[in-house]
Amino acid sequence: MANKIKTLQELQEIRERVAKTVVNRKTLSPEDSFGGGECPKHHVLVCGGTGCVSGGGRVIFDEFKVRLVEHELETQVKMVFTGCFGLCAKGPIVVVYPDGTFYQLVEQKDVEEIVREHLIGGKPVARLASKEKDECGNEKTIANSAFYKSQHKIVLQKCGLIDPENIDEYLAYDGYLAYEKAVRNMSQDELIENLKASGLRGRGGGGFTTGMKWQFAKNSVSDQKYVVCNADEGDPGAFMDRSILEGDPHAVIEAMMIAGYAIGATMGYVYVRAEYPIAVDRLKVALEQAREYGILGKNAMGLGFEFDIDIRLGAGAFVCGEETALLRSIEGGRGEPKQRPPFPAVKGLFDKPTLINNVETLAAIPHIILKGPMWFSSIGTEKSKGTKVFALGGKIKNTGLVEIPMGTTLRTVIEEIGEGIPGGKKFKAAQTGGPSGGCIPASHMDSPIDFDALIELGSMMGSGGLIVMDEDNCMVDIAKFYLEFTVEESCGKCTPCRIGNKRLYELLEKVSEGTAEVSDLDKMEQLSKYIKENSLCGLGQTAPNPVLSTLKYFRDEYMSHVVDKKCPAGVCTNLLTYSILQDKCIGCTLCQRACPVGAISGELKKPETFVIDVNKCIKCDACVPKCKFKAIVK
Amino acid sequence: MNKLKTTQDAFVETEEQRQAFDKVLDSLKKTPGPLMGALQQAQDIYGYLPIEVQNRIAEYFGIPLADVYGVVTFYSQFNLTPKGKYKVGVCMGTACYVLSAGPILERLKTMLGLQAGGTDAEKLFTLEATRCIGCCGLAPVITVNEDVYGKLKIDDLDGIINKYRGMGKDNG
Ligand SMILES: Cc1cc2nc3c(=O)[nH]c(=O)nc-3n(C[C@H](O)[C@H](O)[C@H](O)COP(=O)(O)O)c2cc1C
Ligand code: SF4
Ligand code: SF4
Ligand code: FES
Repeated sequence: MANKIKTLQELQEIRERVAKTVVNRKTLSPEDSFGGGECPKHHVLVCGGTGCVSGGGRVIFDEFKVRLVEHELETQVKMVFTGCFGLCAKGPIVVVYPDGTFYQLVEQKDVEEIVREHLIGGKPVARLASKEKDECGNEKTIANSAFYKSQHKIVLQKCGLIDPENIDEYLAYDGYLAYEKAVRNMSQDELIENLKASGLRGRGGGGFTTGMKWQFAKNSVSDQKYVVCNADEGDPGAFMDRSILEGDPHAVIEAMMIAGYAIGATMGYVYVRAEYPIAVDRLKVALEQAREYGILGKNAMGLGFEFDIDIRLGAGAFVCGEETALLRSIEGGRGEPKQRPPFPAVKGLFDKPTLINNVETLAAIPHIILKGPMWFSSIGTEKSKGTKVFALGGKIKNTGLVEIPMGTTLRTVIEEIGEGIPGGKKFKAAQTGGPSGGCIPASHMDSPIDFDALIELGSMMGSGGLIVMDEDNCMVDIAKFYLEFTVEESCGKCTPCRIGNKRLYELLEKVSEGTAEVSDLDKMEQLSKYIKENSLCGLGQTAPNPVLSTLKYFRDEYMSHVVDKKCPAGVCTNLLTYSILQDKCIGCTLCQRACPVGAISGELKKPETFVIDVNKCIKCDACVPKCKFKAIVK
Repeated sequence: MNKLKTTQDAFVETEEQRQAFDKVLDSLKKTPGPLMGALQQAQDIYGYLPIEVQNRIAEYFGIPLADVYGVVTFYSQFNLTPKGKYKVGVCMGTACYVLSAGPILERLKTMLGLQAGGTDAEKLFTLEATRCIGCCGLAPVITVNEDVYGKLKIDDLDGIINKYRGMGKDNG
């Protein structure tokens, strides 16, 4: 391996040479574009993010390769398997450059047509291309489409643009220049001051000022220090960090190297969830290539500092996202949190000073070094700088990954970028912060999204899951869902969390079963407060948030369960009785055939005979979607 | 984190498994904090972590067996019992949950006659309620081993399960 180490000069040559071959691709931010240059005629980018791969992305990529050989086009078309483009709802996605045609919902059988019509014939396949039109009826460019227009891509800039398994392409976009600049032009203190001035705050949930954290780690004196990247991403329904690792793994490596230089660490660990096999593979490839080029290693990039990185896998414990538990897990123990202080920056991994940062936090750092702290702090709000990536999911048309400037309103994200709720349903709430966060109702749609505004609303930024709920979701049920999660994931070390949350869950169960009394709601509030104040770690301290926020904004719905014994959204099964409206029924028997327990009786074409035997009915809901006349009510 | 703590099946290993496992242990000799990695790779080799395997790890690294066992039972991905040939995982992450993952899990429970976490007598299917697998854009999602089925409707389940049932029967 040693023979291949590249000098700074050689790295720069690669940057310039490869940059010429990628100029035809454009970033998906409207402000960035590249023009002219020499490169293969067409670049075909196929999304290789987990979402699209599950939808057949790999098959499509391979099919392209086969077809290109058949048409003898291998040398004229460059195929790239990229990271996530963001618009997972419309995946698998294929983008053809230089024109930037954005193909959606592509299937294997469409590949031949794209090759023939577009790559050979020069005419994009209209049937598969995104078809948004502007006011004048002209087709919009993808960067100006509703989904991308209000986004501002910094950490996601290279996701969906480069081949994450080819270090040269990362280099072509100024890769590893930030490390070079930091080490050659900045003292450790200058570097940390820069970071402080940028206003960057941790994206892992806590929102702690990153520069301060680096300062603490640097100030600790020790023979050995560590840099740890938190890629545990436990919030169910969030996949920002995964997409960054899959789409731009070198950015995280470079940032960890910069951190190593700043605090004086020579070793780094990335702790990744085992549920993310593609991210782990890409990261492995990236580490390998960085070592081959001499970017990682004893004398990293020939700049006189040592740094290397190892990957450690999680094993399915949410609490391991908490920093002290995570470090315990790397050491090979049960992932139980520890009392802080001492903070990891003083006494962390193997009892050595340890800097721990989230993936997205790290991915922003090379950009800040290259473009300067003032550039970064000019984006966002007063106390929340830069951009934040959200995983938009649930009842929303454009599910996917979005990166927005801090301070963007929830309305912009949901109505503009997400294009609203499918099926003409009504928006009910947006959940941020996962099991530690809360539900934000429609009345607060116009609040800006930043660290402090969300806390004020009784939610929190969390790591970036944003789940949209509509009128069919019951807020009691949602609160129960989150609490069940935390009860299961509590490590059990401290009583308020282990027992308190269990009791809180039982109270919620009573509400959803219709056996609760009004006084139980007050009990829930008191118990929540107690758990928040007395738990040892962030898991317990935030676990009651989903309950408190739904109680605050959707108390009416709780009251319906408690007083009227009804679940208005039709979710809590104990409170439902299925029946058939005979004036709507036409006697088609479709429901009858769907019912697994034979609870529906009635004679063909005799609507007046159709009834559901409530004693037999198991409330499975199988009949409801079968009825085309909405005759079954609950 | 309740799970069955014992297994009735006697532990048997093939020569290849034994060799692969020895290799894993040797490769981790110099790694600081080797336990998680050793358990993960052992489970890849054996499919689960019988007490015999835990014991060998404990001895090799000089870690008390109680500590090894403590770690195994802490993390939900470590199994003390063998799983079915096909692991059916229903994603219970938030995105899937709000899009009706609950009824999908219920239907699978009835279809397979299993509770979440259960394995059938022939060891063909294991049903699991899993955490978010990161395909939230395709919600609701189920997985069967490495295959992912997204944008799922309850009516699709029969076809999917029958496919594996057929495959399972075909090759014994
Ligand atoms: C229960 C719990 C789960 C957490 N999960 C994560 C996680 O999945 N990813 C993450 O980066 N931080 C997570 N955190 C926050 C970490 O403890 C830590 O604050 C963070 O990794 C620091 O990095 P940052 O300053 O860059 O945000 C979690 C905290 C708690 C209490
Ligand atoms: S708050 Fe919960 S998860 Fe955190 S240490 Fe206590 S029991 Fe464990
Ligand atoms: S809800 Fe299920 S059990 Fe009840 S009538 Fe409908 S199909 Fe039958
Ligand atoms: S919530 Fe199901 S894949 Fe994320």
